[in-house]
Amino acid sequence: MDQKTRHVVIPSECLGDTGNSRAGRGTFIDHGKIYSEHLGILTQEGNILQVVPLKGRYNPIPGDFVIAIVLEAMQSSWLVDINAPYPAVLHVNEAPWEVEFGDTAKYLNTGDSLLARVLSVDESKKLQITLNDRNLYKIKGGNIIEVDPSIVPRIIGKKGSMIANIKKYSRCRIFVGQNGRIWIDGPVDGIELVLLAINKIESEAISYGLTDRVEGLLREHAKDVR
Amino acid sequence: MTVIPLLKKEYVTKLAEDGKRVDGRAFDAYRPISIETNCVNKAEGSARVKIGNTQVIVGVKMDLGEPFSDTPDCGVLSTAAELIPLASPDFEAGPPQRDAIELARVVDRGVRESEVVDIHKMVITHGEKVWIVFIDIHILDYDGNLFDAASLGALAALLTTKIPIFRMMESGALEKKDLEAWYERTHIEEIREIYSRPDFDEIVAKKKKGIIKDIRLPMTEPPISCTAVKISNIVFFDPSLDEEELADARLTVATDTNGDIRAMQKGLAGSFTKEEIQGVIQGALDNGRTIRQKLSESIGK
Amino acid sequence: MKPEKLIVDGRRLDGRGPSDLRKIKIEAGVLHRADGSCYLEWGGNKVFAAVYGPREAVPRHIQNPLRAIVNARYNMAAFSVEDRKRPGPDRRSVEISKVISEALQRCILTEQFPRASVDVCIEVLDAEAGTRCAGLTAAAVALVDAGIPMRDIPVACAAGKIDGQVVVDLGKEEDNFGQADLPIAIAPRTGEVLLLQMDGHLTVEEFNRAFDMAVEGCCKVSEIQKKAIMQRYHTVDEVIE
Repeated sequence: MDQKTRHVVIPSECLGDTGNSRAGRGTFIDHGKIYSEHLGILTQEGNILQVVPLKGRYNPIPGDFVIAIVLEAMQSSWLVDINAPYPAVLHVNEAPWEVEFGDTAKYLNTGDSLLARVLSVDESKKLQITLNDRNLYKIKGGNIIEVDPSIVPRIIGKKGSMIANIKKYSRCRIFVGQNGRIWIDGPVDGIELVLLAINKIESEAISYGLTDRVEGLLREHAKDVR
Repeated sequence: MTVIPLLKKEYVTKLAEDGKRVDGRAFDAYRPISIETNCVNKAEGSARVKIGNTQVIVGVKMDLGEPFSDTPDCGVLSTAAELIPLASPDFEAGPPQRDAIELARVVDRGVRESEVVDIHKMVITHGEKVWIVFIDIHILDYDGNLFDAASLGALAALLTTKIPIFRMMESGALEKKDLEAWYERTHIEEIREIYSRPDFDEIVAKKKKGIIKDIRLPMTEPPISCTAVKISNIVFFDPSLDEEELADARLTVATDTNGDIRAMQKGLAGSFTKEEIQGVIQGALDNGRTIRQKLSESIGK
Repeated sequence: MKPEKLIVDGRRLDGRGPSDLRKIKIEAGVLHRADGSCYLEWGGNKVFAAVYGPREAVPRHIQNPLRAIVNARYNMAAFSVEDRKRPGPDRRSVEISKVISEALQRCILTEQFPRASVDVCIEVLDAEAGTRCAGLTAAAVALVDAGIPMRDIPVACAAGKIDGQVVVDLGKEEDNFGQADLPIAIAPRTGEVLLLQMDGHLTVEEFNRAFDMAVEGCCKVSEIQKKAIMQRYHTVDEVIE
């Protein structure tokens, strides 16, 4: 079937029944029928029906790479914002420094930005992040923008193809957090090009052939990048 | 409260030193402005203004009542603003806080002190019965620069306000003798046209509203308010949300058709140099002209 | 002043038949800051709805450890009614906020967000009878637009009695001078009733008829809601063309 866009479904839309299919993420069952929970894209893997949300807050999963913003330095931890429904905690044990009790503000304070990983999510959704990794640190320079977390997979692309293209043509360093925050650093024109590409992805996220169209856009404007 | 990453401020400053803004505008340029009037049926006057993504709706309602005891010879103007939770994750429900009150007062002063509405012409009986004008500002979407959007909205709503003569006559609050007294004071021809109609009583009794011509508020050329903010020694006009949240200081200047200054308000804890203030005045004059043109077009002048 | 008759030969004051709805227009995703939003016109009503959340509920003591709380706030702008209304919530707004919150809560999968709140803001800019139905209907669209997981998309519609006849979707004079007003909200997939209020005088038989008419009205409005939501995403086709 030649589709220009993917199959968008809305909450309470009937997707199938338990006789033929299995209910995957983003769906619920009622009286033997499978319904969508979200406004999202219907995908089918084998006989598992799943709905990937088109919009919504970031849903933290342990292991996710995120860009966090420090809200408050507390006695032995920091409270951070990761664009989830809840703030997360970074405990001093999860930071790469030897921090004395009460000295947290010397290392990180309100407004600092971090490349971090989600450490744990408990049943009452209390969130913890960690900086304990060579690749994780406090960010300096560049700019941070926010997009809806649901389009992060589109920005990264199949096997990272989309983000690789964007980096190549813009000559920028880019980190894409699963939480919809993106850090970009490089020449001013390069950053503008990245924003242009991301805007296009945001407005055409559900269509096919996006990777090629974005590459076309990048190539067209790349000559402006020194 | 949403916390802005510090590195954003550094980025905005670095860009500015390069002569650029995050959204590519010139330092003294405004985002696209759109003005729509007569958008609320129940209001006597209304306007919906968008500056970029910032969206504001202003409604004007009128009533008859007593003037203030210290100004028995003037109509009453009252401005209120609501920073409703609709417009931003940081706005809370509840009675107006300082920001909402400051916004209302600045818009109010802009309207009142500039005498853009001639409140002397809104008196029916000295010390007893005058027209009361309520201006209610509702912020719908907050993306920076509420002052200019709200002021522009208030002006557009006032300029298209139709005095509710019929409604007041229908409820008995306004009688023929009131219209006569009002005409005596103001010599507004439209008033006389109404009460000297031979079918005046019939119109009121049979509610034939459509026949009476609308009377607009007596108004003069409005001053236009323009706001700029300062971030680390660089001045930006029509701040976007990010720029406003990173601002050290803010300055609003209202200018009129003669190129004179009619109102000023400085906000936030930072400071301006004299040269910067003069720069803002010049930018306000230039942008004021363009915006005034837009306003005239939108009210169909 | 009461009009002599509200319905003559099956035609109401505005020309509608007994089961005709007023004109409805719905647009999703109209505000930039809100997580989800909706603008709705229903007859002379003009309503905005915005959703923020799920986000951590504050202050701490109102948090529910098992699920999200749903806070709908219904407010009428001072200029939305003929005689200016003083800004701020009055008892009527508080009551409407409560019944709308309860109706919406039933449709939201709140167990997925313990300790959080889903904040819904409904702002009536132009009022002409049936504002709570318009408000709830707009709020539902805003919730979907915000990506909130839901088991159904709630919708509301009112029915009433004028000049002894049961009709759907009361207009202004009908609401002021009619004999009964029955706003209801349903979850269209299951038909569950989420909101029900009635004032006036109805026989049991009249109630049954009014209820059915209101449900039928709800179903029609539900189609409009769903179209509005889908419209946001199908304009992409035009871009690529």
